[in-house]
Amino acid sequence: MSLDIAALRGQFPILSQSVRGKPLVYLDNGATTQKPEAVIQAIDAYYRECNSNVHRGAHYLSDEATARFENARQSVADFINASREEIIWTRGTTESINLVASCYGASLKAGDEVVISTLEHHSNIVPWQMACERSGAILKVIPLQADGSLDLAAYRALLNERTRIVAVTQVSNALGTVNPVTEMIRDAKAVGAVTLLDGAQAVSHFGVDVRALDCDFYAFSGHKLFGPTGIGVLYGRKALLEAMPPWLGGGEMIETVSFERSTWNRLPYKFEAGTPNIAGAVGLGAAIDWLQAQDRTALAAHEAALLRDATTRAEAFAGMRLIGTAPGKVAVMSFLLDGAHPHDVGQLLDQQGVAVRTGHHCTMPLMDCLGIPGTVRASFSIYNDSSDIERLFTALEKVKSFL
Amino acid sequence: MESFYTDSPFGSSITAEEVLDSIGFLDDWEERYRYIIDLGKSLPALPDALKTEDRFVRGCQSQVWLAEHFDPAENKLYLAVDSDALIVRGLAAMVLAALNRKSPQDILDYDMETYFSKLDLLKHLSPTRGNGVQAMVERIRSEAGKLV
Repeated sequence: MSLDIAALRGQFPILSQSVRGKPLVYLDNGATTQKPEAVIQAIDAYYRECNSNVHRGAHYLSDEATARFENARQSVADFINASREEIIWTRGTTESINLVASCYGASLKAGDEVVISTLEHHSNIVPWQMACERSGAILKVIPLQADGSLDLAAYRALLNERTRIVAVTQVSNALGTVNPVTEMIRDAKAVGAVTLLDGAQAVSHFGVDVRALDCDFYAFSGHKLFGPTGIGVLYGRKALLEAMPPWLGGGEMIETVSFERSTWNRLPYKFEAGTPNIAGAVGLGAAIDWLQAQDRTALAAHEAALLRDATTRAEAFAGMRLIGTAPGKVAVMSFLLDGAHPHDVGQLLDQQGVAVRTGHHCTMPLMDCLGIPGTVRASFSIYNDSSDIERLFTALEKVKSFL
Repeated sequence: MESFYTDSPFGSSITAEEVLDSIGFLDDWEERYRYIIDLGKSLPALPDALKTEDRFVRGCQSQVWLAEHFDPAENKLYLAVDSDALIVRGLAAMVLAALNRKSPQDILDYDMETYFSKLDLLKHLSPTRGNGVQAMVERIRSEAGKLV
C-alpha cells in the first residue's frame, strides 16, 4: 500500500492554516499532535447526539453515551492488547503515573528501591520522589551514555532484591531515544520488581503490546495520539489493580456506601471516581480507530525517512549540534546552534511559521546531565513531509543570519 | 558606581522615545528583530559574580538577572540587566530605555502598557509568557516602590 501523505495531511484541518503570513510548519508533535477530522467529528457528534452521564442506565441517551464510552475503552484495550477491565481512564500520562506512585506506591517501605532513568520526563520523576519521601524508599537513577541511550550495564548493577519498582520511559521526549524496554523489564522481573512504562512518546510512533512487553503498568495520553487533551490511559495488570487501594474516592468507584464503611466497585471503575471525561474518551477511541485504519508500518517507515532526511541535512549544516544520536530513535531531532540560545532560535523560527519546542522539555535532570540549558526540538509526525524539513532548514539558515 | 551602570546607553543616549522612533520605521519582522537584537548587544554585561540567586528574575525561559543601584544624591535608580538569550537582552534594553536612570517615583508613574503597545510588542513578541519581560518590569517597579 503506498502512502498518500498529502491526503492524510488533508484530514487535519488545523494544518492548512497560515501563521504570521506563512503556511504553518508544525514540528512540535512531541508536545501534542493535531487532530484528524474523524476525532473532531466524534467529539462533536457525542455532544450533539448523546451527551448524558454514563453507567446510570435510566434512559436512552445514557445508554448511548455509555456504549460509546465503553466502546472507546475496548478500542484502547485492543490497541495495546489488554483486557478492558485493565484500562483505566485518567487525565493523562501524568495522572496515570501519579495513580500508580500513590496506590501501588502505598506498599513501599523504608529501604525499598525505586529505579527510574536519566531520560525521564518530570512526570515520571516527581511522583516517585513523593512516594519515596512518604515511605522512606530510595530513588535510583539509570545513567546515560554519550549518544543519549541508557547504560544497561549500570542498570543491571542497580537491580537487587530491594528493587520494588522500575519506572522508565519507552521513548525519550527530549531526545527520541527508544529504550530497550523488553530487555529491561525482563531484568526487573528477575529481581521481582514491578514495572511501569511511560508510553506518552511511544504510542503515536509504533504499535504497543503490553502482553508482549510483559510490563505491569503502561501510561499514555490521548492528546499525543491524535486524540483530545484531558484524557489518558493507565493500563495495569489485573491482579495488581485488584490488590491496590483506590485512588480518588467518590461516586462510581464504590459498590456500596454506608457511614460505617464503603466497598469498592469492580475494575476498572474502582479507579474512576466521579463523572469521567466522556467526550475525551470518545475522542480518544475515535483517534485510535482512525490510526488503526492506517497502514502503520508504512507510516513508521515514512517517519524514519523524515528523520534520516533531517539528520543528513543537520550533519551538513554548519554550526548545528545534534543532541541525542542513539540508533533507532523515533522522529525527534533535538539540537543546538553554536552560540545561540534555544529560545532565540525558537522565536526566530516561529516568526517564519515554523513551530518547534525550545527549553528543557520538562527534563531538567537530563539537561543537567548533558550540561546544556535546553535544546531546540523538532518532533515529526505522520502528516509531516519533506517540504516541512526543507522549510525548517531554510528558516534555520535565516536564523543564523541574526546571530 | 560600576561601569555596567555608568556605561549603559539606555536611559541616557538611548531613550524610550528614540526606541519608538527607530522601530516605527521598521516594517517587517526581520528588521524589527535585527534592531531588537542589536539593542541587546549594546547592553553592558553583568559580571558573573553578580548573577546571583537574589538577582535572578523568575518567569523566563532564558536566564535573566537584574541589578540595581540607587543614587540618593541624584535621586535616580540605575538598572542593569543581563540574559543568555539575545532577544530577551534586546527586550530588556527596551525596558531600560524607558526606566533606567529615573527617579523611583518616575518609574512608578511610567505607563509601560502604552509604551509596549506603541512598540507593538504585544503583536510581534508576546511579553507575558516565556521571555519574562513582565516579570522584569514588576521587579523594577517593586524596587522603585521600596524607595518612595
